[in-house]
Amino acid sequence: MTTKSISLTVNGKTVDQEVEPRTHLADFLRHGIGLTGTHIGCEHGVCGACTVLVDGQAVRSCLMLAVQADGAEVTTVEGLAGNADDLSPIQAAFREFHGLQCGYCTPGFLTSLTQLLMENPDIGEEDLRKELSGNLCRCTGYAGIVRAALAAAQAYKEAAATGMGGSR
Amino acid sequence: MTTQMVGKPIQRVEDKDLLTGKGNFTDDIKLPGTLHVAFIRAPFAHARITGIDLDAARDLAGVHLVMAAADLPAPAKGKRILLQVPNPAIADPITQEPLVSDRVAFAGEAVAVVVADSRAIAEDAAEMVMVDYDPLPTVANLAQATAPGADKVHPHLADNVAARIHVGYGDIESAFRDAAHTVSVTLDQHRGTGNPMEGRAVLAAPNALDGGITVWSATQAPHILRRALVDMLEMAETDIRVIAPDVGGGFGPKVQAYPEEFVIPICAQMLGVPVKWIEDRREHLLCTVQERDQTWSVEMAVDAEGKLLGVRGRMQHDQGAYLPWGVIAPYISTVTMPGPYVLPAYDLETQVMFTNKVPTAPLRGAGRPQAVFAMERLFDLAADRMGLDRAELRRRNLIPAEAMPYSVGLIFRDGQPLVYDSGDYPRCQQIAEEKSGWADFPARREAALREGHYIGLGIANYVEGTGLGPFEGATTQVLPSGRIMIKTGAAGQGQGNRTVYAQVAAEAFNVDISQVDVELGDTGKIPIGVGAFASRLMVNAGSAIDVSAGTVVTKMKKIAAAAFEVSEDDLELVDGTVRVTGEQGPSLTFGEMAQMASGMPGYVLPGGQEPGLFATHYFSPPQAAYANGSHAVEVEVDPETGIVRIARYIVVHDCGRMVNPLLVEGQIQGGLAHGIGNAFLEKMRYDDDANPVTTTLADYLLPDADNVPTAEIYHVESPAPHNPLGVKGAGEGGTIPAAAAVVSAVEDALRPFGIQIDEAPILPERICELIDAARQDTQEAS
Repeated sequence: MTTKSISLTVNGKTVDQEVEPRTHLADFLRHGIGLTGTHIGCEHGVCGACTVLVDGQAVRSCLMLAVQADGAEVTTVEGLAGNADDLSPIQAAFREFHGLQCGYCTPGFLTSLTQLLMENPDIGEEDLRKELSGNLCRCTGYAGIVRAALAAAQAYKEAAATGMGGSR
Repeated sequence: MTTQMVGKPIQRVEDKDLLTGKGNFTDDIKLPGTLHVAFIRAPFAHARITGIDLDAARDLAGVHLVMAAADLPAPAKGKRILLQVPNPAIADPITQEPLVSDRVAFAGEAVAVVVADSRAIAEDAAEMVMVDYDPLPTVANLAQATAPGADKVHPHLADNVAARIHVGYGDIESAFRDAAHTVSVTLDQHRGTGNPMEGRAVLAAPNALDGGITVWSATQAPHILRRALVDMLEMAETDIRVIAPDVGGGFGPKVQAYPEEFVIPICAQMLGVPVKWIEDRREHLLCTVQERDQTWSVEMAVDAEGKLLGVRGRMQHDQGAYLPWGVIAPYISTVTMPGPYVLPAYDLETQVMFTNKVPTAPLRGAGRPQAVFAMERLFDLAADRMGLDRAELRRRNLIPAEAMPYSVGLIFRDGQPLVYDSGDYPRCQQIAEEKSGWADFPARREAALREGHYIGLGIANYVEGTGLGPFEGATTQVLPSGRIMIKTGAAGQGQGNRTVYAQVAAEAFNVDISQVDVELGDTGKIPIGVGAFASRLMVNAGSAIDVSAGTVVTKMKKIAAAAFEVSEDDLELVDGTVRVTGEQGPSLTFGEMAQMASGMPGYVLPGGQEPGLFATHYFSPPQAAYANGSHAVEVEVDPETGIVRIARYIVVHDCGRMVNPLLVEGQIQGGLAHGIGNAFLEKMRYDDDANPVTTTLADYLLPDADNVPTAEIYHVESPAPHNPLGVKGAGEGGTIPAAAAVVSAVEDALRPFGIQIDEAPILPERICELIDAARQDTQEAS
């Protein structure tokens, strides 16, 4: 099959690669460049496990072709904390409030919440739950995820107030 | 001075890797030269294969192997998967073949496999495989399976009965003859699915050096899979290593050994390279076992004071086409029915029926939710009939705490008499009533109704046999580095097993859990094991760790006592050392002790002990550990749309001593979400020809953050008497009574319409239908 050359930024690093036009972004990230933190849950755009940030927007990477990400800036779960040994505020809150069990859906929640909390750190529980309904978790029953998000929101609010982009 | 580790809400040791994308799930494992797989699956629920043409697929570039059943090598050719839980009640213990040779019995069964350079190429080739089918009559549901002259799921059998189970005790005839009140009901409980967010996944790599094979599988039970592989491949146990790496949820369906778990290793052996298959969501909804799917026709006899006299009836269980886990789920249903109540007489006839659908096997709750639903529906019905409060009728019949241990009069699924070991059932219901505002609720309901709001409160109780045997083993070792190593076959699928196992070991050695390493789910690390099901790991593996760690501690004290010339009683373990209690005297670090215990070449080992600081213990519980609880839930129902909103959910839960309350609450809340799905969302639908029609997550609805509330959880801790930790299982209790409690609440909310709900899930369209029918009845009557 013919391939197409793409160039994009993933977690701050430039990636140049040949891809088949039919390869979706999730497969490209996982198998093309070995970033297996992004998980595939349903591959039809319902579960949200494969969510990544494309130019800052949460995107289901199973519904986007890799060639469509040409020129884009992509952030995966591996790139949420500034340093590989750190946890971002939402990652740390997930640990503190038991917002994960098997961890398979977790990357999608973390990326979705990163965008959400950066844009709307004042969100209340009711709206938060509606926003989160685009990500499915079969283990936790969502209680820990909701608690973690509400607790982490403050950190994103402070980051926004001080104008520090910093770690996501 | 001992650092308390057991009982504390410690954060998980698993989390950091999982939060940063460093998890190690089966599809994350990259072995050089790995080939990828697509299966060709039957598009009919029942059909004979009359021809199969693999040539075009074989010719596609990048394809390495295309194989149907006829191409399977010996000894797998012609074999079926080992049934590991046989039961004399089973008429014909039929399990699946790795690839179907002659006749498919449910839609989605694998008839051929393609191995190629990539999954995409494998799927391209799979589309080129031509299979000729001769469709056969299908049996799509219990009604069709049991109809006179029914078509047969398996033509070689006399009928569609897979098994008959009859349980009971007491004088059931007198109970109903003497009853002041009897109520009866027929209840349909539909199929749901497991749907862990990671589907099944298999990677197999042949070992060219010794002819063995390593299989990574997203399984709940690596040792059970190895046993099945040994049977299928006729290889030595030591030549097959099964590893469960990080597994993304299980919930029951990942216990069984599936056809793909044999086909992938066979392909790897044939090709001499690693071969990987990752289940996609459609395959999960087609081919991975499901559960619930029972119809109960039961009646309850009560005396004038509201004391239970007896329960009797019939149950039919839709087994699907095969028996991968025997009749465990329906059997558990039949013995769960008495629940936390004093039930003097009981009689239940169960028919397990074959249908042309994917098999049923235990799924979180494992037959218990259906029985609890049946019993609790009868209670609600009887209370309404008698004009008694629903909680009051239950209260009059709860087994009192002082009656423990309480013998029910049945044989449980563990083969032992059903004897509840401990628990305070009245107290649990009392807390649920208090916290939910039960006593004041009728007034609140009336007030809300005047404002146009239909609110309702439901309650349900359950008892759950957890911690089933036969055993689980653990090895505890103090390493020369001074760190503690725990090895057990018993892996979790997200429950946090590493953390709680480390807590148990850390407490024994009086160290922080950061000093403990836990290796799980690898048949290469411990010779025998069982697996994760029946809420059994904390009881079995936790106890095995507790005992083996205790053995090592005792040995360390003996060695140190000899070295220091003091009594063992004068020693304590502090900060990774063994020292004389309270003194600034001599001490030995764990690392030094491990070195001492391994001896010096040529010298006599000191202390008269066997070498090494390690011990293995296999813990076998004498019987189940019985957990229990009470759920109370408040809902609001919109009678125009049928939409149910849960306003409050109260869980009172007794799983014995809690090793980690943070994780216990995670299990309860997660289980509850599954139960809420069973209550008003999740319904696996089939058409009249047994074709599955809810094969995406857009059609099969899973609970989301917007319809699962955060439960208010209250703990009662009745220590289990039959294991050293006093623990009971916590993985399924959240699920078990949820559908019963929610449906009770929905019915309560809709009292003004006088409807009765006899099914789970209760979907919005059914609520509207029931209301419309009730309104029509009212109009016709007036």
